Amino acid sequence: MSNEEIKIVKELLKQAVTPMQNIELSRDLWPQMLRKLEEQPLPIHNVSWLDWALASLAAAALLFFPGIIPALFYHL
Amino acid sequence: MELLERFAAGDLEAFEVLFRKHQKDVYAWIARIVRDTGIAEDLTVETFWRIYKHRAGFKPDGNFRAWARRIATNAALDHLRHSRQETTLPENLPSAPRPDGAVGRETRDSIRRAFHELPAKYRLVATLALVEEESYVDIAQAAGISESLVKVRVFRAVRMLRKKLNFLRPEVATK
Repeated sequence: MSNEEIKIVKELLKQAVTPMQNIELSRDLWPQMLRKLEEQPLPIHNVSWLDWALASLAAAALLFFPGIIPALFYHL
Repeated sequence: MELLERFAAGDLEAFEVLFRKHQKDVYAWIARIVRDTGIAEDLTVETFWRIYKHRAGFKPDGNFRAWARRIATNAALDHLRHSRQETTLPENLPSAPRPDGAVGRETRDSIRRAFHELPAKYRLVATLALVEEESYVDIAQAAGISESLVKVRVFRAVRMLRKKLNFLRPEVATK
């Protein structure tokens, strides 16, 4: 395929899908942004599910086997 | 503290300043890709939501505009991926004047349909490079790919269009 063919396809394409010019935003979107932030509050910290799972396992281990606490302090 | 540092630290007022400063640019960029002003508004808000969500990953000495444009491109690309079959191209968009001696309406519809059937990542580069005539460098930066990959995708998009529009060959040949 030559550059000439690309040019032809480009020309045809521009007649079918006309370029968008002078696109102006007609209103301020900040109120919409605030609404979205209220509806979908962001997590305070981006902690993955794996971290939560590991933290839960550690907490459960401490709860069910409190005997490991001195050993844990010893190794700290 | 500088505006971008305050934004990265989660200051909502700093985010508002950046939002108001860049919303027009982000909107115009997205509108060029999705070619629907209503959808572009929603995606602009979605883009800034992603920006705020990932603010901790932004380096305050970096280029906010380029970063925002890249996130906007990803949001627009996600939209193209999920709405390939549904979106129609509105005819009443502000556009460049059509030259005399243009191809017929049926042909234009066929081209538009073929363009619409392109996979999202090819449609993205085809729109920006062939219709909007953005530079390959700008497209590469916005899409987070290399300039040579942009060229490859444009080439493939043209090849796919040519294949889909095979029945137009005599018309293509005489242009």
